[in-house]
Order: sequence, then structure tokens, then C-alpha cells
Amino acid sequence: MNEHMILRIVGKFLIPYIMLFGLYVQFHGDFGPGGGFQAGVIFASAFVIHTLLFGVRNTQKIAPEWILRVVASGGVLLYAGVGVVSMLAGGEYLDYDVLAADPIAGQHIGIILVEFGVGLTVASVIMLMFFAFAGRGEPEEDAS
Amino acid sequence: MNLEQLIDVFLLAFLAIISIAMLRIRDLFSCVMLFGIYSLVSASLFMVLDAADVAFTEAAVGAGIATILMMATLGLTGREEKVLVKKKISWLPLIIVTITGATLVYGIVDLPPFGAADNPSQVHVAPRYIHESMSEIDVPNLVTAVLASYRGFDTLGEVVVIFTAGVGVLLLIGRRRRKEEEQPHE
Repeated sequence: MNEHMILRIVGKFLIPYIMLFGLYVQFHGDFGPGGGFQAGVIFASAFVIHTLLFGVRNTQKIAPEWILRVVASGGVLLYAGVGVVSMLAGGEYLDYDVLAADPIAGQHIGIILVEFGVGLTVASVIMLMFFAFAGRGEPEEDAS
Repeated sequence: MNLEQLIDVFLLAFLAIISIAMLRIRDLFSCVMLFGIYSLVSASLFMVLDAADVAFTEAAVGAGIATILMMATLGLTGREEKVLVKKKISWLPLIIVTITGATLVYGIVDLPPFGAADNPSQVHVAPRYIHESMSEIDVPNLVTAVLASYRGFDTLGEVVVIFTAGVGVLLLIGRRRRKEEEQPHE
């Protein structure tokens, strides 16, 4: 990949903006199109571009597989945990009204949290899947 | 015929052309690219239907991630489809497909008109979402309100499905790679 100078530089330039856009989609999902699913995919695609440019091994130094596994499970647990917290607060499972004194504020907190959980899981699962596929065909040359 | 219908016809015609091209093409790399284009055209179609969130997902997952996963797979398998020796036409699949297709077309006759305001899907829970969500949840994007709050259980299920898919992929091909790494030359 050393010869693809233009791709590398343009890719490096684009990656932060893709991540920023992913975060925007994640946290602006209440107001515009978007949400955890889309944001997770966009965020993961930044890492996919990095992999295409620099090889699986270099990307896995930034995002090691064990961290991705923890984050993937953490997203599901965060979502399910919001439900448990709402039960402990006296409501039904995933009833966000009881998360704050004001039902509307509770709904906002609940939605932000579960969307964040969705985003975490989707982003890390897609990265894990991509690494699993791309890592198999990857020759040893990128290790050096 | 107004402009929107014209765009619909164009996009649907594109979908048909792309599908036929995918069936006939032998080069798998081109086939993967056509899959991506198909997703992109579908996303445009969803956009015409004002489903911005769905279009967004289709463009990101279908055109982006799925294409890249398919290309990663191609890197492992090779890019030419094997040419099968032409056998005689097998009639049974053709008959089954024809009957199923005819049944589906027959089923279309009973469907209510597309997008009509009194369709069953529009009068069940949708009015309540539309009228009450601003006072109950106060999230301007109705899709997010329905997805994360009203249908919280469904979405939790979806996240668990994605997580399970990831676990499945890792169990099937992730583990094996690590074993190969342990052995020095494979």
C-alpha cells in the first residue's frame, strides 16, 4: 500500500470527519434522521477505511479485539441496564418516565442512553466482523 | 405523470436492470459493485418515500459495510464465478417459482391502495404516535421516539440480534485465525 500516496493522505484527512459525522448522527438522532444504528455503522466505516489503507494489524493496534468485545457487550448491557434501572425506580421495564423527576426529561435521558448503547454495539460488532473477514486474507507483510 | 412518479419509475427500472445484470454477470467483483449500486438506488427510493432514517441505514449498511464485507470475502475466494457445465433444464424449481410468483401477484389484488390514509397500518397505533409523542416524549424525530421509547423492546431485540451475529462470526472464523497465529507457519 505504500505506493498509494493520494489514497493514504485523502483517507487520513477524511477519517476524523467521518468519526465526527458519526458522533453527530448519534447524538442528533433526536432531532434529525439518524440514531444509534446509523451512527455505529458510520463510526465503524472510519475504521474500515483505516484498515483498507494501513492493513488490519495496524488498525487493530488502535482498536484491539478485546476492547471491541467488551464494548459490544457493554452496549447491550447499557441498553438492558436502562430497563433494569427504570424497574428499580418503580416503573416498568424500559419505561423511561421514571428515570427523572419530570417524565419528559426521563424520556430524553432514556432515549439518549439506549441509543448510545445501540451505537456502541453496532460499531464494535461491525468492526469485529470486518476484522474477522479481512484478517483471514491478510498476509503477514503488514506485521513488519 | 408527475415528477415524483417519474423518479419512482426510473429508480425501479434501475433496480430491475441491476438485478438482471447481477444474475448474468460472471465477474464476482463487478457483481459486488452492482450489489452496492443496488443498495444505493434502494436508498434513493426510500428517500423519495420520505423515509430518511431507512434510507440512511440502507446507504450506510447496504452500500457501505455489506459491499466491503463481500469484497473481503472475495479476497479469500477469488473473483471469477465457476462456469457450471450446462445441465438440462430442471422443471421442478421453475414450476415452484412460477406458482409462488403467481400466488404473490394474486395476493397483491387484495392489498389496500398504496399510501391511502385509511389503510390498516395508518389507523392502528400511528395516529397516537403522531398526536401524543410531542407531549409524551418531546423528541422532534418521530422515528427515534417510536424506535427507542414506544418500541423499546423491539429495539433491544434488534441490538441483541446484532450482538449475536457478531458472536456467531467470531465463533466461526475469529477463533480459527488466532489458532493459526499460534502456529508459526500456516
